[in-house]
Amino acid sequence: MAVRVQQAPFDLGAEASAFAEGRTDAGAVVTFTGIVRDIAENPLHEMMIEHYPGMTEKALEAIEHDARTRWDLRDVLIIHRHGLMRPGDMIMMVATASPHRADAFEAAEFLMDFLKSRAPFWKKERTQAGAEWVASKSEDEDALSRWQG
Amino acid sequence: MIDVLYFAWVRERIGVPKEKLETSAETVAQLVDELRGREDRYAAAFEDLSALRVALDQELSEFDAPLTGVREVAFFPPMTGG
Repeated sequence: MAVRVQQAPFDLGAEASAFAEGRTDAGAVVTFTGIVRDIAENPLHEMMIEHYPGMTEKALEAIEHDARTRWDLRDVLIIHRHGLMRPGDMIMMVATASPHRADAFEAAEFLMDFLKSRAPFWKKERTQAGAEWVASKSEDEDALSRWQG
Repeated sequence: MIDVLYFAWVRERIGVPKEKLETSAETVAQLVDELRGREDRYAAAFEDLSALRVALDQELSEFDAPLTGVREVAFFPPMTGG
């Protein structure tokens, strides 16, 4: 169980291996990685991710706790970066370990849905057109409703 | 005294990331009204509350929430993590 908020890049392969290695309690490990995406029509120069130190860690831990109460999880890893990033850079990853594949997949999706709109991060994109804060999407908010009830 | 924090474009509009305020506001909404009355930059940042979120002592909250015992208030736009 781990939540890490950091500026430094992370090594996806090393993190995923370390997470899965030596595990006999869980037959399924799912990982998801978010990457800074470029858009052909309006090339992205860089992305700045701001966060709320203190609240970020608490929010991620709360999201992880929720996931553990809903699914049979043996381990969870959440890494989220902040600071300056360029297209192709990895922003964040989640990993879930469960005895069951469905639990591992669903929990990873749940973590992603909540990270999108409940973890205090804000992205600012700089393109040729200038710098702009990324607006939240109503789909992201809608995505949370499927986990309610 | 209460710590008030601003993030993303709210921070940019107000011009500081954090300040200590003396306030008699009993709710978040009253604090927002106080701030709006101070200077134009606050009025601009708090123009549309539906575009803002608030956290009290690092927990997401609501604008009608009481400030009793709260040490840290943060205002920011909807979050865009992931």
